[in-house]
Amino acid sequence: MTTPVSSMALVLVGSVIGSLGAIFLKSGAHAVNRHWTSIAFNWRLAVGIGTYMASSVLFVKGMSNGELSVLFPLVSLGYVCTLAWSRLFFHEAITKVKLAGVGLILIGIAFLGLGSR
Amino acid sequence: MTPVTSPPQVHVPDPAKRKLAIFIVLACTLLVALGQYLIKLGANRLSHAGFLATMIGIFTIPQLFAGYCLYGLFTVMFIYALRHGELSILYPLIALGYVWVTITAVLAFHESMNPLKILGLLIIISGVAVLGWGGGSK
Repeated sequence: MTTPVSSMALVLVGSVIGSLGAIFLKSGAHAVNRHWTSIAFNWRLAVGIGTYMASSVLFVKGMSNGELSVLFPLVSLGYVCTLAWSRLFFHEAITKVKLAGVGLILIGIAFLGLGSR
Repeated sequence: MTPVTSPPQVHVPDPAKRKLAIFIVLACTLLVALGQYLIKLGANRLSHAGFLATMIGIFTIPQLFAGYCLYGLFTVMFIYALRHGELSILYPLIALGYVWVTITAVLAFHESMNPLKILGLLIIISGVAVLGWGGGSK
């Protein structure tokens, strides 16, 4: 079984979109206060939830054909993107601990994908 | 008298809340795995349904409805956690979901387990542990 490029593209775009959605969720979360309007009219949360749903649709479409050993590592690229976005938008430091943790997760997911052949 | 302008919202990291945020996200991964299990169970009843039937099914098939409710609960809790923790720590923690999903697939849907998968799961768990401990103790 080979993995179509279209599946790879869907999953890759899905994981990048998902990591972008997390930025909106976090900035929206900081805008929430005691007023209900801060949740109901919170466009950042709405965009965040919307992009999350879009990314899960892309994942399901992409995962429906192709090898998990190829597609799983692409999903985990979203975690790498998040390190970059977090530094860019929230001034979070990229520490050795974070690189080690995300690196281990990437390797683990790659093995899991290989085992799912 | 109330001040005209609200005080500036400075994000001060609170170590106790950072730990709580990490714990919430880790617990949330269980919710997602349970949600996915229920959705998979429910989805088996709509394998050939079209878009409209699927949309109706989300509300009429109990397993699907419960599964999506758990997703909603996850989202609310994740947003709460993001208020108090670093995105670069909390987002990768969701990878713990791979561990629960693989275990569920083996136990409930009788997928095979093999040494590569077990190795992968152990490495994912170690990565999550590094992030969890490193991120909570700063």
